[in-house]
Amino acid sequence: MSKVFEFVKTLLVENMQIDESKINMDANIIEDLGADSLDIMDIVNDIEKEFNVTIPQDQYENLRTVGDVVNFVEDKLGK
Amino acid sequence: MLNKGLNILVTGGVRGIGKAISLAFSKYESNIYIWDINDNGFDELKSTIESNGSKVFFNKVNIADFAQVEKAVNDILESNNIDIVINNAGITKDNLLMGMKEDEWDSVITVNLKGTFNVSKHIIRSMIKKRSGCIINIASVIGLMGNKGQANYAASKAGIIGFTKSLAKEVGSRNIRVNAIAPGFIETEMTLKLSEDVIKEYSKMIPLKRMGKADDVADLCVFLASDMAKYITGQVINCDGGMLM
Ligand SMILES: NC(=O)c1ccc[n+]([C@@H]2O[C@H](COP(=O)([O-])OP(=O)(O)OC[C@H]3O[C@@H](n4cnc5c(N)ncnc54)[C@H](O)[C@@H]3O)[C@@H](O)[C@H]2O)c1
Repeated sequence: MSKVFEFVKTLLVENMQIDESKINMDANIIEDLGADSLDIMDIVNDIEKEFNVTIPQDQYENLRTVGDVVNFVEDKLGK
Repeated sequence: MLNKGLNILVTGGVRGIGKAISLAFSKYESNIYIWDINDNGFDELKSTIESNGSKVFFNKVNIADFAQVEKAVNDILESNNIDIVINNAGITKDNLLMGMKEDEWDSVITVNLKGTFNVSKHIIRSMIKKRSGCIINIASVIGLMGNKGQANYAASKAGIIGFTKSLAKEVGSRNIRVNAIAPGFIETEMTLKLSEDVIKEYSKMIPLKRMGKADDVADLCVFLASDMAKYITGQVINCDGGMLM
């Protein structure tokens, strides 16, 4: 699995105490993993810092699953 | 009553109410971070705090300066968490609205309201991660009742009250409590500027028949920061001898 996925997974486990086995590319961050708007902002902040990318707030609603986030960041990184 | 060893940030903590707050927390083996633009009298304060068994760190920070606050917060967070924030620094520039200069409006709003935003904004993330924290904003009864010649001050303090309630709702799920204290008429350098007649007039309106002391406000801060207040958030608590009810 990609570096970005691994990072996002660690964030979800550490920040939100989510069971690792529940985290896969198709998991919906709000509906399946139970994140609220604060969790999302927190996760986005960490991702932005780690990979030196910006995720504009108007993009949040398109980033529903873990995979959406990972792909968005990887696209930005030009992979 | 308060846990020992907490890290506490007090803005405007060198004199007046902020000094009393710093001293009150110094009785609990705390680490007290004081930010102020003025360090006059800090050395004496430092030795009292240390003889009470606490540690104190001073940083010359202007809370109105967003970037300076960000840096100062990060400097602390590099090695420590902040458990409790007391947004106390504040100023007055009284004038009837007709004569109020733009600068008198701007500076009061910027220090009092934006300063509270600057400090809270930069610290909140670490509290969210830690899933605990307590923010106490020093408002004023004037923010609730208004006052002739204080439209700027009243607006800034009413703003702090709205800010307090909103933030309490945002971060309550993360076990962070945010409250405001509305002091009444407290004896400090801020009120020393007033004439004896004004003071007499005011005292008549106070059921407890005296001006408040900075300690009265400081004691309430310690209570709100302690576990005794663990179910209190989003509130404005008056500390005013009954002046406003
Ligand atoms: N004294 C009262 O009767 C009274 C009543 C209600 C509310 N309050 C509020 O209590 C708070 C403390 O008031 P006080 O009477 O102790 O005032 P004070 O003027 O005696 O002390 C205020 C402290 O804040 C510091 N400060 C001012 N601007 C700052 C800035 N930009 N950045 C950092 N520090 C700054 C000052 O240097 C000073 O040490 C204020 O928010 C005030 O509005 C006071």
